[in-house]
Amino acid sequence: MREKATYVLGLLAALVMIFNLHTVFTQLPDEAMQGAVYRIIFIHVPAAINADIFFTCALVSAILFLATKNFLWDSVTVSCVEVGAMLTLLNLVTGSIWGRNQWGVWWAWDLRMTGQLMCFLLYMGYLLVRPAISEPTQRATMSSIISIFAYADIPLVLMAIRLPNVRTQHPGPVLETGTLAPEFRAPFAIGILAMFLISSALVLVRLHQESAQREIDSLRRELHAR
Amino acid sequence: MNGLQAAWAIARKDLRTELRTKESINAAASFALVILVLFSFAFDLGREELYAISGGLLWLVYSFAGALIVNRGFAREVPNDCLDVLLASPAPAWALFLGKAVSAFFLLVIVEAISLPVFGLFYNIRWTQNLGSLVLVILLATWGITVVGTAFSAVTVNVRLRELMLPVLLYPVLIPLLIGAMGTTTALFGGETLAGENASPLRLLIGFDAIYTALAVYLIEFVLIV
Amino acid sequence: MRMLAVEADRVWKYFGDYPALRGANLAVEPGACLALLGRNGAGKTTFLRILANLSRPTKGDVRIFGDASRGAEARRKVGYLGHGIGVYDDLSAIENLILFGELAGVAEPRRAAVEALERVGLERVKDGMAREFSRGMRQRLAVARAFLHRPEILLLDEPFTSLDDKAIAVLQSLLQDALAGGATIVMSTHQIREAMELATHVALLERGLIVHTGLRAPEMLNDPGWLYRTYGAQA
Repeated sequence: MREKATYVLGLLAALVMIFNLHTVFTQLPDEAMQGAVYRIIFIHVPAAINADIFFTCALVSAILFLATKNFLWDSVTVSCVEVGAMLTLLNLVTGSIWGRNQWGVWWAWDLRMTGQLMCFLLYMGYLLVRPAISEPTQRATMSSIISIFAYADIPLVLMAIRLPNVRTQHPGPVLETGTLAPEFRAPFAIGILAMFLISSALVLVRLHQESAQREIDSLRRELHAR
Repeated sequence: MNGLQAAWAIARKDLRTELRTKESINAAASFALVILVLFSFAFDLGREELYAISGGLLWLVYSFAGALIVNRGFAREVPNDCLDVLLASPAPAWALFLGKAVSAFFLLVIVEAISLPVFGLFYNIRWTQNLGSLVLVILLATWGITVVGTAFSAVTVNVRLRELMLPVLLYPVLIPLLIGAMGTTTALFGGETLAGENASPLRLLIGFDAIYTALAVYLIEFVLIV
Repeated sequence: MRMLAVEADRVWKYFGDYPALRGANLAVEPGACLALLGRNGAGKTTFLRILANLSRPTKGDVRIFGDASRGAEARRKVGYLGHGIGVYDDLSAIENLILFGELAGVAEPRRAAVEALERVGLERVKDGMAREFSRGMRQRLAVARAFLHRPEILLLDEPFTSLDDKAIAVLQSLLQDALAGGATIVMSTHQIREAMELATHVALLERGLIVHTGLRAPEMLNDPGWLYRTYGAQA
């Protein structure tokens, strides 16, 4: 039942996304200064916004796991971190493409992109360390701690890259989105929503997989104990 | 014996065992020396340009040495199951953590004190002007490295490939701290003071230290007693 | 009703989804010496670690003299001897004991350390590095550490396993003295005779549950399998 709901959600979200992209590509005019490539913001920015949402969810579920010891929360954490990392990567890639088009370089240490890259590194640590812990309770506890430490760093990172003396070393341009013209706002909002729905569907799939994995682990352990 | 006294007893124990064998200090100091030499081949810069990267260079060396020092942290308690005895004692978990962080701090400061004159020698950097401010920055940033490093050393104590996982976790989190330290150190080597533009990185260092000390002290019990 | 020295109240411990302890109950009166028996994998070590505050139970409570807080006061009354020796190789015998004495809140750590070393017969090598000791000497040092702060409750995980004869004699003597002084002992064991001789009570842990508790009967001394056959679910 739950699986069916997940698939329906995913399908719905995919349809909304496709419809939105269709609108973006065929109906909106080219932007004055940037030409056609600006359309990438309909993926680039929603990816960042959704990544922030899911990383925040990961923080909350990590705290909840430490408080309740319920493994459901740990599954939520890992699913949200994985999806968040994916979205951050999407943001980085689309940002790089946009930058190549606008400035001729694939990477320019732009403020926002640098911040996103650091986020990616923080959660990459989470994803690398987690499989290296065999025992499930330890894995869940340590991952939750790592997730909290990573999230606490985000405001510090954003502050650090905006320091005056750092700016003189990396004066890179900022990908300016400016204010959105009215006809762009609806597709933009729909883009955010569609990406949120797709990501949520992915989180649900991952949740299901995690609980199945735990059941297998415990059955295996029970078998060995006999 | 209250918590702080217990922390100090643990710190003294770590320092005594380490200064007897000098394993960590020798390894970290030698490594720092090698890196200093290696970096000198990495570029061919004039004196002015060298000053511009001096702070960055120094903190790269210090952070590499720091990772080596904190790696030993809780790993020292694993042989003979000493960690169990410490946890079973009346000493609170945060006192155990704080004691180890303090001993790592002192060990890293020793390595840094050895490396700084060598650095000044190899790269012809004057570091004695503004010595008080330089020492302040070094101590603040070193505390950040050791408090986060010791926390992650506790997290990774039962993790496979600990020596690889600890840096993977540690460096991303340290990025804002290192950015602040690098910028201020470069400024101090260049003859500036900690006033004006250089005050905000200092606030970043203090903020980083405060946030992560509080987080680590509060969360360490979850890490050590699973 | 007299306050119990050690009480485990429906203790569950999950490792992932696998329950190592399934609602284990235990009540140990002050002054008792309880031998905790069970096959490998039954959960003895897990249970003892929870009693010693090294591990958190997933559900249930542990009370030390009625105190469920697991705070410093409760831990001060407990001495723990686990599988590992629990001494630092790079410290001398006396340095080790002084450190653990300080952490345990002993009033005069150095004097207590010297006394403990004399008690286990290590006073002549008190300044020797623990790394250089023979296995038997290291075991005696571990025992000295566990008894150093004269704990009211001793939690010992298979203490007689792999001890040499000198260490066994020292441990038995210390345990007898502790019992005579009113201490309570919980000792997991594989029904080794040396352990059973000291025990006043026994408990059988099977697959995470305490299936039997009671006085130690004479039959248990001579026949290692008696308890399992009589009370265990599996032969």
